[in-house]
Amino acid sequence: MFDIDRWREIFQSISKNKLRSTLSGFTVTFAILLFTLLFGIGNGLQNTFKKQFAGDAINSINIWSSFTTVAYKGNQIGKKIQFKNDDFTFIKENFSKEIQTISPRNQRVVEVVNKNKKDTYTLRGVYPEFQFQESAEIIEGRFLNYRDINEKSKVVAIGRLVEEDLFGQLSAVDKQLKVGGIMYQIIGVFSDPGGDNEERFIYTPFTTMQRLYGNTENLDEFGITYNPDLSINEAIAFGNKMLRILKEKYDVSREDQRAIGLYNNASGNREVSNMMIGLGILIFIIGFGTLIAGVVGISNIMVYVVSERTKELGIRKAVGATPKDIVTMILQESIFITAISGYFGLILGVGILKVAGPSLEEYFILNPSISTPVVIGATVTLIIAGVIAGYLPAKRAARIKPVVALSAD
Amino acid sequence: MIKIEKLHKSYPIGKESIHVLKGIDLHIKEGEFVSIMGSSGSGKSTLLNIVGLLDIHDEGNYYLNGELIKDLNEKKAAILRNKFLGFVFQSFNLISYKTALENVSLPLYYKGVSRKERNEISMDYLDKVGLKDWASHLPNELSGGQKQRVAIARALVTKPKVVLADEPTGALDSITSNSVMDLLKDINNEGMTVFVITHEEEIASQTKRIVRLKDGVIVSDELTKAPKTPLHV
Repeated sequence: MFDIDRWREIFQSISKNKLRSTLSGFTVTFAILLFTLLFGIGNGLQNTFKKQFAGDAINSINIWSSFTTVAYKGNQIGKKIQFKNDDFTFIKENFSKEIQTISPRNQRVVEVVNKNKKDTYTLRGVYPEFQFQESAEIIEGRFLNYRDINEKSKVVAIGRLVEEDLFGQLSAVDKQLKVGGIMYQIIGVFSDPGGDNEERFIYTPFTTMQRLYGNTENLDEFGITYNPDLSINEAIAFGNKMLRILKEKYDVSREDQRAIGLYNNASGNREVSNMMIGLGILIFIIGFGTLIAGVVGISNIMVYVVSERTKELGIRKAVGATPKDIVTMILQESIFITAISGYFGLILGVGILKVAGPSLEEYFILNPSISTPVVIGATVTLIIAGVIAGYLPAKRAARIKPVVALSAD
Repeated sequence: MIKIEKLHKSYPIGKESIHVLKGIDLHIKEGEFVSIMGSSGSGKSTLLNIVGLLDIHDEGNYYLNGELIKDLNEKKAAILRNKFLGFVFQSFNLISYKTALENVSLPLYYKGVSRKERNEISMDYLDKVGLKDWASHLPNELSGGQKQRVAIARALVTKPKVVLADEPTGALDSITSNSVMDLLKDINNEGMTVFVITHEEEIASQTKRIVRLKDGVIVSDELTKAPKTPLHV
């Protein structure tokens, strides 16, 4: 198949007709360059979206209680609804399929003192699963574990900024810390992608908190992450079902929006995912449009190339070139130019994205990039387009009677 | 070598059609040096195109080297052209971005001859037309006469049975014309059939047989007496 003579013929034709070759190559380079840039920027926008919604686990559901606003079944308006530990057990056991993780959460604002430094922070009593729900990451030491829960240990995991506020540059792990007047041992320091506020929390075992503050069975909030296998609609239905059961149990009217609250990230996810789909469609249209423009460009160039060469093709036919020789020559030339120029456009586009990428972050374009299969797909599309675009005029040129072609000028 | 019987050819022009060749009978034997004379519109170029397999006839029979030319597809025509025919055109028809040597060797490329052999053969023919030193020049660096000699070398390089020349001197001055005709005579003397189309008496008179064409029919067909020198100089 590889015919060095034919390639020599093609290289000569390309290099001796620089304007023509550059023109057709430029169209393809430009199309692929634009395609790469637009696609890369689109991906960058998507990356920004993903990051914006990555503060907490994306599949989280929070449930909390408050005061009734509707009188129902003997409950007056303004009655405080209070969850108990058995609600936790009930939900955990009845929705084991739908739940990925569940943790109760009680919290209060407390004064925290380390030697001469003091400040107020939020102390949260939670289960070990809460770390996952908050997407918190341990920087040093460890997070709470079930031994802490069972032994009701007086230990705390503190946010990165708590350590910074109270200990400065020193490590806080294994130090003692006075929280709300009680001494705790610091077992770990965490960071949280949710931002500064979330890095000023202090976590202690839920059981410890219940014992130290009132020694009750009271439970204020649930943090849940639903099974990621659930569809968004199933997750929303799951949240609504829990809400209905809790409302029935505590004699809360279905119309009461305040007494028991539930926030389901799934509803937010639906909006985000709709937005992502919208963005994806936009990117697709832009990319597709660019490709079409490229295809049209290369087609026009091919028609021009063939008409410019009519006389040369006539000479070649007069000295013995078969129609197949003519078609093959034109196609091979156009495929070669398209492939090389497409590759050049790709390199250029990826290079620009790499260089310009960091400075685009303030425009909500994060890490703009394009996957190799997509670019290769685009280039192959253009090559195929070049072949089709080149084939028709080449075929026509090959059919022109030599006598007509020779008289062309 | 070339045998034509009752050949007809019409060209459609708009709704009308022009009857260009109206029953031509012509027999050219191997080794002949024939010129077709006629004013423009006489049908001489059409005849050459048909003989050269660049165009197809409507009616009649055409035998090339004993083979009846009929239902010729492009591929077969290309092969026959490459095998039997060499062309020389009025406007030279060299490929502008190829050197003299590359132009001469093009028919050999389509014949499938290896590059090395191609270049050797082509160089021999360039030498034969006196342009060996110009082998690496592009057509636009050559004079008209030199271009035509390159074209003649290209026509000869496949060792065809017939050389077809369409107004080979039409774009040349009389001195250059004579040198080109001398070259064609030499080729003929070596046994090659040469078929020239011209409207100039002095060119025709240098051939061995003159066929006069008028309005699509042959009006005379005679041998010339002393074809060695031009008549009016």
